[in-house]
Amino acid sequence: MGKFSASFVACVSGLGAAFIVQFAHAQAARDYISIVGSSTVYPFSTVVAERFGRTTDFSTPKIESTGSGGGFKLFCSGAGVQYPDITNSSRRVRQSEIDECTRNGIAEVVEVKIGYDGIVLANFKGAPIYRLAREQIYLALAKDVPDSTGSGLIPNPYESWADIDAGLPDVRIEVLGPPPTSGTRDAFVELVMLAGCEAFPVIETLADDARDTACFTMREDGAFIEAGENDNLIVQKLEANPSALGIFGFSFLDQNQDKVQGSLIDGVAPEFDSIADGSYPVSRPLYSYVKKLHVGEIPGIEEFLAELTSEAAWGDFGYLSDRGLIPLPQTERRTVLEAVQGLENVTLSP
Amino acid sequence: MSSHAQGVKERVARGIARRYRRERNFRLAGLGAVLVGMAFLAFFFYTLIGNGYTAFLQTHILLEVELSESSIDPDGERDPQTLGRANYQGVIRNALMARFPQVEGRNDLRDLFALVSPGAGFELRNQVLANPELVGQTIRQWLVADDDVDMLVKGHMDRTAEESERRINDSQLGWIEQLEADGSVARHFNHRFFTSGDSRDPEMSGIWSAVVGSFFMLLVTLALSFPLGVATAIYLEEFAPKNRWTDLIEVNINNLAAVPSIVFGLLGLALFINFFGLPRSAPVVGGLVLTLMTLPVVIIAARASLMSVPPSIREAALGVGASKMQTIFHHVMPLALPGMLTGTIIGMARALGESAPLLMIGMVAFIVDVPESPLDPATALPVQVYLWADSPERAFVERTSAAILVLLAFLLVMNASAILLRKRFERRW
Repeated sequence: MGKFSASFVACVSGLGAAFIVQFAHAQAARDYISIVGSSTVYPFSTVVAERFGRTTDFSTPKIESTGSGGGFKLFCSGAGVQYPDITNSSRRVRQSEIDECTRNGIAEVVEVKIGYDGIVLANFKGAPIYRLAREQIYLALAKDVPDSTGSGLIPNPYESWADIDAGLPDVRIEVLGPPPTSGTRDAFVELVMLAGCEAFPVIETLADDARDTACFTMREDGAFIEAGENDNLIVQKLEANPSALGIFGFSFLDQNQDKVQGSLIDGVAPEFDSIADGSYPVSRPLYSYVKKLHVGEIPGIEEFLAELTSEAAWGDFGYLSDRGLIPLPQTERRTVLEAVQGLENVTLSP
Repeated sequence: MSSHAQGVKERVARGIARRYRRERNFRLAGLGAVLVGMAFLAFFFYTLIGNGYTAFLQTHILLEVELSESSIDPDGERDPQTLGRANYQGVIRNALMARFPQVEGRNDLRDLFALVSPGAGFELRNQVLANPELVGQTIRQWLVADDDVDMLVKGHMDRTAEESERRINDSQLGWIEQLEADGSVARHFNHRFFTSGDSRDPEMSGIWSAVVGSFFMLLVTLALSFPLGVATAIYLEEFAPKNRWTDLIEVNINNLAAVPSIVFGLLGLALFINFFGLPRSAPVVGGLVLTLMTLPVVIIAARASLMSVPPSIREAALGVGASKMQTIFHHVMPLALPGMLTGTIIGMARALGESAPLLMIGMVAFIVDVPESPLDPATALPVQVYLWADSPERAFVERTSAAILVLLAFLLVMNASAILLRKRFERRW
């Protein structure tokens, strides 16, 4: 019996060793582009990848949806075939992330700004359209808000939209939104909550930390509900609950025009044109970042970038705009294209 | 004495109705529990099938496509390279313009071209490559319709709604109704759903790459977890001394069986990808992670089935002079095998439905190309369901349900085979 188990163990470990040798071999070459990053950019990046795979002789790139932060973490952990070539992000890269990249031997990263995405506050089609100012959204959703005399902060007392402004409907405040891990939440907080809270003089008197807490903390008494990362689910919940509002990306509004309607924010409706010309206040740029070291090592990266930055893709009437991506203005497209063709290193203005 | 017996009798008689009633109520409660469970199940299947069955059909549009030599093969040499590079979407656009000659203007033409899927050109290309004789002919071809057209034809989009609330505008609706009137719109069996990989165009998307990914993953899991699990179980059950160490091992195995699967994903990320440097998103790594997850289940099932073989079998074999190993392999194993296999199949079924650990090792990814080996990037069926559920396009809703139905069918087959094995081969003592 000793002999049996010994030979069995030898067999299994031999098999394991053989496996590992094979993996090491497989790792030596990779003939497809590996892309990670933001789930907001995922629907756009995948369309480009699919076209690229179909129209060229290269393999279709593999795209993982890891979130912007998770994407940079993977992207910056090293250079070599086992690390991704491109990461997508729904915000600009941070200096700390560039430093991390440099520490791990990734000296140069090319930035591709691919377009804009709007964030909408929408409700069920059958209910009246909301017209909100960002201050009002802040008052509805922050945990602590300035009191009526403007001298300090009190726990959010507002139950109904009409409590905030008599012109708003007398409907209980109920907003479904993404969890803190989501890039959409980051952008919403920055573009709506921060802008909204800075309109109040009392906020200016606070210390930096206290100000951030006051502006960024969402209320936890049931008026703001974290509904998960799945935007489709939020759309379905809005259908079932006509008095609720939901926060999600413009592409989901675009696909569900018959079910939900976007609220006007600061008097502007979330429409393709208003996001493109910047008059709709809640929009953010989307980016792809490319590891320059891998260009030429992994086949097809330059060709993929050419497809991504072609007028057929990101142009005014490109197929990405059909998916709800808001194109960059033409002059900006030209600047980005030049930087991409020259594989210029990203620089963050101080 | 007799009056005492009389009293007992009376008390029993008084209580008897109550006891019957209690028993009846208990039975009813049990039956009720089963019915509630069945109702949930029925609701689950009702919504799944109700949402999903339309995904097995796909709308097609019949057009006269002119595969003129001048546009496809100007050299006239039928060189596959030239044939492959021709603009087939342009050919389809010409066919649409020929069908609706009155449409003019860039925006209107854009709307017209949007009726047919951007994938139709690729399919036409493959058709011509497979059969170059088509060049120079005009063929009547059923072309796959765009997902918005598909949703409209299937009734998932309201034709009477206002134009601004539909993704199909009034002029497009007019063209579709014209096509419908002369029978050029039809729903055919959606073979792409079963033969192609993921796609961002719902009408071109399929589950095949996910099915192949799941298959490779289960293959690795089975190849590792069955031998390891059975060997562990035999050693622990038949050879190992009963002491504190084996007790500790046993407690740990039982514990591992209850660990949330995401933890195994984290372990897989740290061990297989970061330490051993295996590729991300590969079914091999997925299989290894799922092996860790199913191993305790297999060990527990195998030990239970070894334990259920009566000691008399072992004693008889030993009594006629068989060695311990002969006893186990000639007499105990054959009797325990059906139980071991049942446990393994149930473990594999659980592994098939698992998606959380795959998140950590990069298998939640957009994969178009069908993987050819366990080392190619791949995704798995439950992950495909998750990805589609998160896609903005309306047509992915029905595809999500359809993919769940396929996954359930696989699970049903696996669990049914486990039951069959048990019924056919298991011996009760």
